[in-house]
Amino acid sequence: MSRVWSVDVRVTPREGILDPAGETIRRALGNLGYEGVHSVRAGRLIRLEVEADGAEAARASTEKMCEQLIANPIIEDYVVRVREG
Amino acid sequence: MTVGMKVGIVRFPGSNCDADVYRAVTEGLGESATYLWHKSTDLEGVDVVVLPGGFSYGDYLRAGAIARFSPIMGEVIDFARSGGLTLGICNGFQVLCEAHLLPGALVRNRNLRFRCHDVGLRVENAGTPFTSAYAEGDLLHIPIAHGEGQFVGEASTLDELEAEDRVVFRYVDRRGRATDAANPNGSARNIAGIVNAEGNILGLMPHPERHSLSVLGNTDGLGVFQSLLAAVAGGRGRRSDPAPPEAAEFAAGAVAGAGVSS
Repeated sequence: MSRVWSVDVRVTPREGILDPAGETIRRALGNLGYEGVHSVRAGRLIRLEVEADGAEAARASTEKMCEQLIANPIIEDYVVRVREG
Repeated sequence: MTVGMKVGIVRFPGSNCDADVYRAVTEGLGESATYLWHKSTDLEGVDVVVLPGGFSYGDYLRAGAIARFSPIMGEVIDFARSGGLTLGICNGFQVLCEAHLLPGALVRNRNLRFRCHDVGLRVENAGTPFTSAYAEGDLLHIPIAHGEGQFVGEASTLDELEAEDRVVFRYVDRRGRATDAANPNGSARNIAGIVNAEGNILGLMPHPERHSLSVLGNTDGLGVFQSLLAAVAGGRGRRSDPAPPEAAEFAAGAVAGAGVSS
């Protein structure tokens, strides 16, 4: 039976792609005295409410959306997580 | 006398350089231009499609990502894939990359700043329908205005672009050197503009239309539009009726008189 699933998509800059926003955060943390932060990568979280027949269907449908629109695979990686409950 | 070239300028919500392109075509060349609304699915028989600069859909998600799925983009993609002359400027370049009509992607400027000033550009390939009015090595001064203009791509993609002479414009200093200091956004290999393998689709971050009329103080960018005019007069593009010979001669004359200052 179909129900609404809460799905999180985490999009981050791909390895090797310069992330100036993350780098700026890293430097600011250094200025605040937080030592030992070797790397910061800044991405974004997109939370969807998706109607589907099951968690797997919700995931498959969201992954399709990622490929087409939500992420640009040339520069970004994404992770889809269907939240339980 | 005009060649009768008709340029279609796509208007997305948030486009803001559409009128500049319109004037470059109508006043700079004396040719005709028309606006194409993003919800339309009719290119109205235009010879050239321009995706202008701006902030389509507020640059939400990624610059150009939403515009790429506008109703008119289906027609634009068909037009471009079938050899139609297609020019993407700034946000238009981002849309072309998001639509996979051009390789690579445009990400946030390396220094995170919105850069709005003139840059030096070197013409790397004068053999395209967008640059025939220039000579290879010409130095141009053209404005940029963007926050997400850092061109990135896989090393193999960049190598392929270089090997196939598809890097059309590069950021350079006053002496024409592609230095790091002359690179306003951190673009890979100082790349400012590229064409597709077939040579009929150009994307560039700088704004040639903003330097296309003498009233603007500089006409370095007019050559891009004069080149398009010559290409259309020479029968390039989608028009089924070839331009009459006198039109081609006119265009050749216009190109010879291209105002390329440096």
